[in-house]
Amino acid sequence: MRIEAKGIAVGLGGKPVLRGIDLSLQAGEMVGLIGPNGAGKTTLLRVLADLLATETGSVRYDGTTGAAFGRKALARHIAFLAQGGVVHWQMRARAVVSLGRLPHRRPFADLGPADQAAIERAMAAADVSAFAERTLDSLSGGERMRVLLARALAVEAPMLLADEPLAGLDPRHQLEAMALLQRTAHAGAGVVVVLHDLGLAGRFCDRLILLDQGRVLADGTPASVLGDANLAQAFGIDVARGEHDGQRYVLPWRPIHREDETAS
Amino acid sequence: MTSAATAIAVESRSRYWWLVALLSAMLLAMTAISVAVGYASLDLGAAISDWLAGRATLPALVLVELRLPRALLGALVGFSLGVAGAAMQGLLRNPLAEPGLLGISSAAAFGAVVVFYSGFAGAFLLALPLGGIAGAMLATLLLYALNGRGAGTMALILAGVAINSFAGAMTSLALNLAPNPYAALEIVFWLMGSLADRSLAHVWLVLPLMLLGWGLLLSSATALDGLTLGEDTARSLGFDLGWLRARLIGGAALAVGASVAVTGAIGFVGLVVPHLLRPLVGHRPGRLLLVSGLGGAILTLVADTALRLLPIRPELKLGVVTALIGAPFLFSLISRLRREA
Repeated sequence: MRIEAKGIAVGLGGKPVLRGIDLSLQAGEMVGLIGPNGAGKTTLLRVLADLLATETGSVRYDGTTGAAFGRKALARHIAFLAQGGVVHWQMRARAVVSLGRLPHRRPFADLGPADQAAIERAMAAADVSAFAERTLDSLSGGERMRVLLARALAVEAPMLLADEPLAGLDPRHQLEAMALLQRTAHAGAGVVVVLHDLGLAGRFCDRLILLDQGRVLADGTPASVLGDANLAQAFGIDVARGEHDGQRYVLPWRPIHREDETAS
Repeated sequence: MTSAATAIAVESRSRYWWLVALLSAMLLAMTAISVAVGYASLDLGAAISDWLAGRATLPALVLVELRLPRALLGALVGFSLGVAGAAMQGLLRNPLAEPGLLGISSAAAFGAVVVFYSGFAGAFLLALPLGGIAGAMLATLLLYALNGRGAGTMALILAGVAINSFAGAMTSLALNLAPNPYAALEIVFWLMGSLADRSLAHVWLVLPLMLLGWGLLLSSATALDGLTLGEDTARSLGFDLGWLRARLIGGAALAVGASVAVTGAIGFVGLVVPHLLRPLVGHRPGRLLLVSGLGGAILTLVADTALRLLPIRPELKLGVVTALIGAPFLFSLISRLRREA
């Protein structure tokens, strides 16, 4: 699965949200989408998943448009994990995870053994098997998020787009979720994940895309994207840097007071 | 591990079909009881054999002209209200949603009142049902005009509020300008909703419309499951939300419009029944559809049989009974939702 976006521009409510975005995504790559609040990360992810129409530009899936690819086929090829983690009815965790198999279902047929196996794999990977039979309202926010991550994994799509899958997770489960996404990518799927934790983004992603005010400010290896100038411009922060177990990491340290801000 | 999971899935599926079978059996039993209960004493055996033999005896006439239409319409209308309520709740992802909320019921009632008011009601038997269906269809078209393509859930609810208040105002206007007090009284009685004094012709008129409506609603089951995780996720699972809304609103208009047209406004069935049955199907909106239809039919028949057994004369109107049960239920539901929020 290969997704190519060219010249994407999107406005919501008359306000431009994305401008002139060009990027391409392929299988086997773990891509982190970072940027400050309001940079357009969620909008870009929705455009890439063919959930939002663009004003200009086009998104192509394996060289064809979303319409030509077909809604059902696209659903089997792209798993989308929405932000916020709303579940409107208090179903059991297992029932929620099984929703990920809907794109594979034939009319009037029930879940087959292959579907059940995929559901089990996804639940084991996201560490939710222990509360598979509990209803969602009896779970904590982090546990619910893991159930939703398992739901997205159960699609077993060649491309996984996840919007802030770490929200509400404790440090251990954040690390495990990142390792899980990384394994998913290195097993051959393309993974795009919206992140706020620059440390985790730098450590686990093969490639980072830094969005600022609707434009791609930087796109490349974590080392090249997480430079002082980029982070100062996009986030207005100074970072601490270090190295542990042979891996380099960044840690947000203090806001930079820009001169124009102090002047006003 | 996988075989254990399959076993759990099979168990949940077989529990669902047991529930469907149980409710179906209860519905058959309740239909039989509804046929057996009435003001005139009736020898059912004699009535059925006379009817099958084609003899127009008094028992056969009571059975065919009074009891059977009342029981069948009760089941059909109850099923329509139950399944439409469950479908609207699934679409709007809100346990308070009902066909009434989208303005379909009140527009159907207004359509029927127009027929009453203009005097067409006496012109031919089917004028009234046709007026109700026209009202429901008009409301559906208006919902589309107000929403355009790809409108969200909130826009749909607000359009429903607008249609409700407009249809309510027009119905009041018709009452206000009613040519004589008897016409006004007749309109009011009809608005209360009742299964009394309907004929088999009414059944045959509404049956095809209801079946079509039920088909549209029941075919949306898996899409409603997908919608549990929000509109974006449902679309990412391959469901066309525009087409889904069209099927659900069209199906509800057909089923509810036809119901209101022949029986008047019977409220709260679509609210109470899905709420009671939801825990029994694991809160899955797709599975809730069929069981809510069956449950709605049972509840309507129970209420209609109970009011015939009550020693209150004149007979209570069915819509009044369901509202007396349903309104306190709505209050308790709202207060519970507020506590949970």
